[in-house]
Amino acid sequence: MRRNVLRPLTIVMATLLALAGSRPVQAQADSSAALHEMRWGRTTFVASEVLEYLPSGADRPIVYDLVGWSGGASHRLWAKADGQLATGKGESGGAYQLLYGRMVSPYWDAQIGARADVQRDEHGTASRIGATVGLQGLAPGWFELEPSLFISTTGDVSLDLTASYDVYVTQRLVLQPRLEGSASFSDVPEFGVGSGLSEGAFALRARYEFRREFAPYAGVVWERRFGSTADLARAAGSEVGRASLVLGLRLWH
Amino acid sequence: MTLDQLLKAPRSRREVLRSMGAMGALAGAERLLPSYARVATDGTGMSELAPRIIDGRAIHELEIGETSVVIEGRRARAVTINGTVPGPLIRLREGEDAVLRVANRLDEDTSIHWHGLLVPPEMDGVPGVSFPGIGGGTTFEYRFPIRQAGTYWYHSHSGLQEQLGHYGPIIIEPAEPYPFQFDREFVVVLSDWTFENPKRVLDRLRKQPDYYNYQRRTVVDFARDAARNGLWSTVRDRWMWSSMRMNPTDIADVTGTTYSFLMNGMAPESNWTGVFAPGSRVMLRVINAASTTFFDVRVPGVPLSIVQVSGQYVEPVETDEFRIAPAETYDFILELPEDRPYSVFAEAMDRSGFASGTLAPRAGMRAEPPARRRRPVLGMGDMGMDHGAMAGGDGAMPGMPAMDAAMPGKSAKPAVQDEHAGHDMASMAPGSTDSALRAPGTLPPMVAHGPGTHGVGNAMVPMMVGSRLAEAGLGLGDDGRRVLRYTELRSLERRPEFRAPEREIEIHLTGNMERFMWGIDGVPFDQAEPIEFKHGERLRFTMINDTMMHHPMHLHGMWMELENGQGDRIPRIHTINVKPAEKVSLLVTADAAGRWAFHCHLLYHMEVGMFRVVHVGTVMEHEGHTGHVAREGGADAT
Repeated sequence: MRRNVLRPLTIVMATLLALAGSRPVQAQADSSAALHEMRWGRTTFVASEVLEYLPSGADRPIVYDLVGWSGGASHRLWAKADGQLATGKGESGGAYQLLYGRMVSPYWDAQIGARADVQRDEHGTASRIGATVGLQGLAPGWFELEPSLFISTTGDVSLDLTASYDVYVTQRLVLQPRLEGSASFSDVPEFGVGSGLSEGAFALRARYEFRREFAPYAGVVWERRFGSTADLARAAGSEVGRASLVLGLRLWH
Repeated sequence: MTLDQLLKAPRSRREVLRSMGAMGALAGAERLLPSYARVATDGTGMSELAPRIIDGRAIHELEIGETSVVIEGRRARAVTINGTVPGPLIRLREGEDAVLRVANRLDEDTSIHWHGLLVPPEMDGVPGVSFPGIGGGTTFEYRFPIRQAGTYWYHSHSGLQEQLGHYGPIIIEPAEPYPFQFDREFVVVLSDWTFENPKRVLDRLRKQPDYYNYQRRTVVDFARDAARNGLWSTVRDRWMWSSMRMNPTDIADVTGTTYSFLMNGMAPESNWTGVFAPGSRVMLRVINAASTTFFDVRVPGVPLSIVQVSGQYVEPVETDEFRIAPAETYDFILELPEDRPYSVFAEAMDRSGFASGTLAPRAGMRAEPPARRRRPVLGMGDMGMDHGAMAGGDGAMPGMPAMDAAMPGKSAKPAVQDEHAGHDMASMAPGSTDSALRAPGTLPPMVAHGPGTHGVGNAMVPMMVGSRLAEAGLGLGDDGRRVLRYTELRSLERRPEFRAPEREIEIHLTGNMERFMWGIDGVPFDQAEPIEFKHGERLRFTMINDTMMHHPMHLHGMWMELENGQGDRIPRIHTINVKPAEKVSLLVTADAAGRWAFHCHLLYHMEVGMFRVVHVGTVMEHEGHTGHVAREGGADAT
């Protein structure tokens, strides 16, 4: 059981690591540098949008939102891992996705693929897999938006939205408000989710870009469960909401 | 060239350098040379290539290799020509046959393109278009008749080698005497150098196109603009840009944060120096060999008389400053009456740095470069709104009329509609002639952009497009200095034959800054068909820049005559800097059969596909895919 559950996580993590380790394939290989192909070519990108430690709560988790893609300007294979790893007592797990993305407008990719959700705590492990479709891109106003729809093999349907915005305080100090929200169309008690608006988080992170690829940050994260999801949390003795100071690293390669 | 390199250089080369006065024995050696040979340097940078004379023929020998060079005190590996960056000055003579033997000592292919020279296609040096390239360890001999005079340059057309130092100047001595007087000449090769691997630079741009922009508008700028222009106006300005997902500080893809800007291979602190005699007339031949940098050139306090552009004589124009796009050349004459050093200052268009040197009465002097200017921001004119009202400085956009109308996706009502608006590739089928083309040499009128948006590879289209040749340019013209404008250029001689165009081809320069996608008509090179010219036809080649960046567009093999309103005195050029939202038209006589390159001379734009093959064929046969190999290899050459 446990092995089955960890498989999707392993696959996505392995994909991300493989992406991170793979050398970008340039439009022109060294041996044929003269034969200009003059096209966008293929490249590989991996990033930690979020990689932070929350020193509060019983779980004191390391929270991550990792993303990677490989491909050209308009067709890309994506891998995403969004979750947390408890260093104390509490939940570990997250959502892990492998997606194909295609550019559908100058600022938007449409993505479709597989997603696995895994959640593990002292009571056991829950998992589900399913299909996901989503959009990722830039809305007017420079808002990064990432809405997605998930349908599990057992019929659970949920919606997720991530929105963020970069405010340049100086050329290297960047303040990023980021909003995450989830809604479920059904009760999924094994994941502690009730139907309706289930969870939301608002984060304000200030990063300093020593280099574009290397930006440590500090921030505040407010998380809250809503409605029947909050009821389930209360019944399980978990927190309904919390505010945390976080320390993290935003990296990309 | 450092002393270190100099000592490592082969003996024959050292002798050449010494005879050029490079070791410091400047004045003595130079008196022995004819005036045209007096390209003085102070011991670093460029030297003039001494051809080997075999049976009375001059053979110019060039060796492409990887050499360790020192730039700004740091050691780096460069792709060099005869061991230096820039490569040696090649001096040719109009009317002669050039023989240039290029030995490739790299372990990869290379090539040399003779920028601006009219040569047979198989001698043009574009791998995959008209010749197969020069393989590692092999030698290629270029031979062509020299049918022109002036200042030109040469560079690699392979991969990103140009960014690594593979470029150098060419002077072609005219068969007839110069139509102007000068006592000395100096070649000024401007370039940009990065210690990063250019492939890494490109990779970063593809992942984060604004990677190198450290001049974004910040909260601090917002507060300052709000104090100056009012809060509401500033909010509206910021919203206008962000609602279009455009960045008004996106002026250069690669900036001074990674670049060292070089003058004859030397960073400002190395202070390239040209030695002049006070009271003399000096000609500077300025070549922009940079991979992506536009420079604004001046000699503070001294008026410049522009005498050649793209190697072609123009009626002298007096100015204080001129903008030179990558691949352009401008020659000017200046009189230096005083016994003091003068700064030669070339500021990057985005103001992220500068190249500089000194004209000095004696070696070892340094003129302090002038004060730097604040980086400009793009304005309404760059979006195709309110042409002519360019924003000169940050936040200088108070009014913002017609803001809603400029939103992408909303079609705009054309204010002026000429008969050619909306021309596309389909309407210029072979043989189509348009009897209603406007008079040759005139400026294109302002028109609404056509309905096409050019797909996902193009982020936006300007509302209106029109000529911007009369504008000083981004960040120029608002500080009291005279700035050269394209409309001021008049060919020195009237064309013996000034034909009207028979046909118009219109292309759009397109891009998506968020993805670092650059193309023509929204299509990158690898997905595009060649542009077909009929051999012998007279064309109006119209370019419309739909992007918010400047693109220096270069046509190989044939002159472009810039329709700048000067009638039969319009200047001949090889490269045109097309401003954002600009519509520019050029006349081309398609007299050179074969396959030619046409591309943006910003290296990274070209590399991702802002490139086309122009096929000049006597028969309009369809060639199918453009092909990445030189299967024709200049078979069309006349």
